Amino acid sequence: MPTHRFAVPVFAALLSTFAISASGALAQTTVTSERPATFALGNGLQVVVIPDHRTPVVTQMIWYKVGSADETPGKSGLAHFLEHLMFKGTSKHPAGEFSQTVLKVGGNENAFTSSDYTGYFQRVPREQLAKMMAFEADRMTGLILKDENVLPERDVVLEEFNMRVANNPEARLTEQIMAALYLNHPYGRPVIGWRQEIEKLDREDALAFYKRFYAPNNAILVIAGDVEAKDVRPLVERTFSDVAAQPAIPAQRLRPQEPVPAAPRTVTLSDPRVEQSSVRRFYLVPSSNTAAAGESPALDVLAQLMGNGNNSYLYRALVVDRPLAVSAGAGYQGTSLDATQFMISAAPKPGVEFAQVEQVIDDVIADLGQNTVRAEDLERVKTQLIAEAIYAQDNQATLARWYGGALTTGLNIDDIRSWPDRIRAVTAEQVRDAAQKWLDKKRSVTGYLIKDATPKREEKRS
Amino acid sequence: MIYVRTCTRRVALIFAACLAITPLLSTPSHAAAKIQHLISPGGIEAWFVQDATVPLIAMEFAFGGGASQDPADKPGVSNMVASLIDEGSGDLDSNTYHERLDRRAIELNFSSARDTFRGSLRMLKDNKDEAFELLRTALTSPHFDSTDVERIRAQIISGLRRDTSNPTAIASRKFLEALFGDHPYGRQANGTLDSIPKIDVADMKDYVRRVLAKDTLRIAVVGDVDPVTLGKMLDQTFGGLPAKASLTPVADIEAAKPPRREFIPLDVPQTVVTFGGPGIKRHDPNFMAGYVVNHILGGGGLSSRLYHEVREKRGLAYSVSESLLWMDHSAIFYGNTGTRADRAGETVAAIDKEIRRMAEDGPTQQELDEAKSYLKGSQMLALDTSSKLASALLQYQLDKLPIDYIEKRNAIVDAVTLDEAKKAARRLWGQGLVTVIVGRAPQAAAQPAAATPPAAN
Repeated sequence: MPTHRFAVPVFAALLSTFAISASGALAQTTVTSERPATFALGNGLQVVVIPDHRTPVVTQMIWYKVGSADETPGKSGLAHFLEHLMFKGTSKHPAGEFSQTVLKVGGNENAFTSSDYTGYFQRVPREQLAKMMAFEADRMTGLILKDENVLPERDVVLEEFNMRVANNPEARLTEQIMAALYLNHPYGRPVIGWRQEIEKLDREDALAFYKRFYAPNNAILVIAGDVEAKDVRPLVERTFSDVAAQPAIPAQRLRPQEPVPAAPRTVTLSDPRVEQSSVRRFYLVPSSNTAAAGESPALDVLAQLMGNGNNSYLYRALVVDRPLAVSAGAGYQGTSLDATQFMISAAPKPGVEFAQVEQVIDDVIADLGQNTVRAEDLERVKTQLIAEAIYAQDNQATLARWYGGALTTGLNIDDIRSWPDRIRAVTAEQVRDAAQKWLDKKRSVTGYLIKDATPKREEKRS
Repeated sequence: MIYVRTCTRRVALIFAACLAITPLLSTPSHAAAKIQHLISPGGIEAWFVQDATVPLIAMEFAFGGGASQDPADKPGVSNMVASLIDEGSGDLDSNTYHERLDRRAIELNFSSARDTFRGSLRMLKDNKDEAFELLRTALTSPHFDSTDVERIRAQIISGLRRDTSNPTAIASRKFLEALFGDHPYGRQANGTLDSIPKIDVADMKDYVRRVLAKDTLRIAVVGDVDPVTLGKMLDQTFGGLPAKASLTPVADIEAAKPPRREFIPLDVPQTVVTFGGPGIKRHDPNFMAGYVVNHILGGGGLSSRLYHEVREKRGLAYSVSESLLWMDHSAIFYGNTGTRADRAGETVAAIDKEIRRMAEDGPTQQELDEAKSYLKGSQMLALDTSSKLASALLQYQLDKLPIDYIEKRNAIVDAVTLDEAKKAARRLWGQGLVTVIVGRAPQAAAQPAAATPPAAN
């Protein structure tokens, strides 16, 4: 129920395309929690155990270090398609058996794909962990695919595309901005894929991708919940040790990188169904993994200052002080193996030109790049970001996602645990420098969503 | 970008306004086993779980009323109140109020549901005094300053304008109108493009005066605070509210009987289908049987009959699910799916067939056993965070269940017999469906070339 902030739908649409739930700002945790136990098996499987003894529940998440950015050109959507197909059974456990087992014990399960990783999880009563682990180890290499379930599943994915993208002009604008932002890096390809390529994916494509990337030495197993590391370790050893490593998987994931951006770009998406226009600007900026020391936390702070909540500079400037827009926001997705995006969005009020709104955005950015922010503003946003890390401890699945997301995008446990300290250490000067250096229009694509007022398609058909 | 493979339950906005669906629970979890019935010195009651694992406090609370208390000609008053009540109060203007919340990372949210006006407050434990004080001023002296009212009004109107071309929003609205007609449940809880511009400060103040009162208030708290301190804070926060609400009576209503079908043309690549009919009220003796059999037909998870027939076997949809929804004055079942325009007819037929098959034959003994096993086991998962536990404890109170319900529920689930499940299935689905379909007309839909706008390729 969108009562609290009607501003949110505009901006939520932007963020959710990139980072639904999981981590928001960045992989974060807090120094107050116990350090998770970690170990690795001989076949390369990395394991993280996060105890949480409040409820007799355990979350198992397996993360593969492969996402849409690792696909071969022409096969977009394959990482995500395989994710769907991973539920189609093995020689040991026919289709449906794993899911039925999860359900019978009252558990739930799901899976997710991003540009950098693919993950699978089950949340179950703690005594079911061994069984879940056996199923997960089995499908790491035992998947059996038949056309009779591959082909209907491809239709399911096409409906997912229709639901998320085709039916949603805002999602299509984001798709177009990303494609324009990345001139060389595969992040410009949608995770779900380009429709005409999804339509042609088949069983052989999926199996080849599976054999290439699904192996213990390309995976991280996160176990969070009412368990002890000393009990988990022998269980993991027993269950996963026999799964053979895949030596062909390179230690480094090297993708084509972006050239230094040279020109601002714009894209305009018009659709007859647009009833609220909006403008979005994405800047190409460093991720946690690629940034120089201190730069990524400064971008976290900058995004929070500019665009999170009623006190943020963009909301104040565009929605409160001079009511030119109904909403305004900003976000930074630091959890990313390669160069990522800093995003700004606003939805103009009826009759307000994009140029007026952009002028205010540019003024806010210019001010941030020239002057240091007020000490109390800096304190406020740091407190909010650090508190997120404590709130996250309330949810074992959130913690599991933070660790898994960070570890599959080039970070380590210490990076995650020290995140609150690194936020605390951000200075006003670093925020100013980040704004000056990275929020340079040449690094950006600005996207406009407008109503298409040309005659309807039906008339052309007749 | 995270694409989740699932059968996520896509609860349309408008239904979220009806009533939150709280998973039913069975065996007690660690924390839930220690639910206290707290009565403050001033007589404010709360269900409370003390837990110091994480240094935070989560509170969920609700006043009776909600959107059903909106004036008949002005739907959306409660939505406006929920959006504005934290925009300045007491000595604080909107900016200062948010500054005070933000600098201590206090999370405060209000929302208006069909039968309740709800609030949610989360804070680090060291900030509890400030958090409860800010909540107190919001509840007792909200400003509704005109600049803030116009800002929020513009945001709500913007959202409603978007909804006019959103197939899911259109389907939800038409579906509720079809089931409930002129009854408050048939109105748009968010308001309409006609009503929102007409709502003034007097309407909102009147709503606050009538609805925010102690007699209908229900509270649940989970977190790192002791009961004595909490009792004092509850008194300070809620003690100043009027003793009694003065609510407009809402009539009980039976939802319109199926079968009925409506088609609303909209040029979108994916057709949205919403379906449902009269349900079973929470205290009906057949409720639990209905809940169990609904899980078998269309409940969460990857193995319901609808999921199997529509998604797994035919690949017609990414998401298809069905839920029971119970309100103070009615009950319905409803489901959603999104499907290819040129196969929408096939999808609707498949759903219709499954529903009728369940009504005629009921579930098998094995399906019943497995559903019970799921429903009993799933409760712990619903209680594994402070906020989730607090939400569940609030919902039990709103549903007028006893404080030891969590411990009793296993036995209630187990007691459902195959005959009762069959009877519930006949009652729920024996008459077919009220179906609302939003999308391209069949002849236009038959041209798949139009299914993807060129820009998406």
